[in-house]
Amino acid sequence: MPDRAQTSTLTAELQASGYDVAAIRADFPGLSREVNGHPLVYLDSANTSQKPASVVAAMAEHYSFHNANVARAMHTLGMEATAGFEGARAKIATFIGAAGPQEVVFTKNASEALNLAAYTLASRLQPGDEIVISVLEHHSNIVPWQLAAERTGAVLRWFDITEDGRLDLGKAAAENLINERTKIVSIAAVSNVLGTVNPVSEIAAQAHAVGAVMVVDAAQAAPHAGVDVATIGADLLAFTGHKMLGPTGIGVLWGRYDLLAELPPFLGGGEMIKVVKLTGSTYAEPPHRFEAGTPPIAEAVGLGAAIDYLNGVGIEKIAIHEERITAYALTRLSAVDGLRILGPTRPVDRGGAISFTLTTANGLEVHPHDVMQLLDSRGIAVRGGHHCARPLHERLGISASTRASLYLYTTTTEIDALADGLNYVADFFGGRS
Amino acid sequence: MYQEIILDHYKAKHHSGLREPYQAEVTHVNPSCGDEVLLRVQLDGERVVDVSYDGIGCSISQASTSVMTDLVIGKTVDEALALHADFTEMMHSQGRYEPDEERLEDGIAFVGVAQFPARVKCALLGWSAFKDAAAQALAAEHGQGVK
Repeated sequence: MPDRAQTSTLTAELQASGYDVAAIRADFPGLSREVNGHPLVYLDSANTSQKPASVVAAMAEHYSFHNANVARAMHTLGMEATAGFEGARAKIATFIGAAGPQEVVFTKNASEALNLAAYTLASRLQPGDEIVISVLEHHSNIVPWQLAAERTGAVLRWFDITEDGRLDLGKAAAENLINERTKIVSIAAVSNVLGTVNPVSEIAAQAHAVGAVMVVDAAQAAPHAGVDVATIGADLLAFTGHKMLGPTGIGVLWGRYDLLAELPPFLGGGEMIKVVKLTGSTYAEPPHRFEAGTPPIAEAVGLGAAIDYLNGVGIEKIAIHEERITAYALTRLSAVDGLRILGPTRPVDRGGAISFTLTTANGLEVHPHDVMQLLDSRGIAVRGGHHCARPLHERLGISASTRASLYLYTTTTEIDALADGLNYVADFFGGRS
Repeated sequence: MYQEIILDHYKAKHHSGLREPYQAEVTHVNPSCGDEVLLRVQLDGERVVDVSYDGIGCSISQASTSVMTDLVIGKTVDEALALHADFTEMMHSQGRYEPDEERLEDGIAFVGVAQFPARVKCALLGWSAFKDAAAQALAAEHGQGVK
């Protein structure tokens, strides 16, 4: 177990890199509050991140002074609202390396983005065509494809994982998983449970070799190391705003423009049309074709402010900070008696979501709900359950796990509080005390 | 929240395991965590003669199921469902409930859990499974009566 000297060395090293975690934390009002009489230790950022004051202020400013509908309102306020909304789209396009804002479709979250992808791509599927996903996906990258398969007669197949929680590429090759019948491959860039960084580019190359469309669920990737759609190999890529310092209610589907231009509409309604006649309608060009109805305007403005914040700190610095905190957490948690980390135990190709099980000295596996509850009583917020990845837990032979997840504001002190808290939980149920 | 009574039931569950005979068997799931209980009910006329179960879940769901079996075995279905109603009311009270120890016995320990809305479903998992299974077992009893 790292001692205090090692802890302070790591802290000094982080400060030397020009990364001032204390200054970052000061930008997040919620992080200074107390929970159940203890300082809040928020380790649930893979679920949703906390928000900096600048994001809240940008949304308040929009609602207070620039509130109007977008595109349809031609007056001054309407122009200001449209500039805010479309300006956010442009910020996102730059942040992910898109060819332009026309490739950025606003949705309400990553789930809706993946449903949009599945629904529109399904228009091309025939019975017997194959869709490939993996066993470690979030339900939002499973259920939309199950629905598409049910509607079209396509067959759903999946990558298995290896014992250390990585996609089993060897088994997939042996099974000829991606083949001439494969029309769609959809994989998470980073697992929300295991933290595994998946070899998306390599899988995309296999998908493209057989003419399949590559969809990437980047919900756990975009907030942390960022994504570069120019190099990742995706044709469509989904992520959500609220996991990357933005508000809830806004997500993104990025698409290669020529592919978006071929896809049929998803939802019908206002602003997604060219001409509507009672005998039929024609549709707007992307991205507006996929944005029926009044969009989440203030949420887009908030997400734009979140991107400004991430850019201000520097996504590369954030990635380095998280890698270091993840390494520290893996070391500290491995030293907790009875704790078993699911997924990679070394901080290589690994994000900051760390799931685990906890067994007491007398052999009782403490249920994640009980772990969560006792940690919460000490002000520590983690998630207990199957994290919307039930098939993965079934594959691992467990029903649920506890997950601690990190972000740009996480400190080694918080990891220490978690490790101490977990020892307390094991003692509470294990009768060592 | 974690009263001794709850921990005692969790560590040594009463009436645990699956037994024969049974007239109804149900599986209930808590979708937020994947916890499951497989529960069987055997009646003799109107009386609950056995409730057996196998489950995976947290201390709250396991202990609550254990307490439930203590309470309902030996009662009539009507009495058992009245206890179900009382326990459910207590769990939805947000802790503002004066439980009757004469009626709910060890079940009163769960009044503290009622202050944690996210955990109410845990406490009700076994009880809901019992209500469902008891209704099916009763239908089976009546079905036999008609034959």
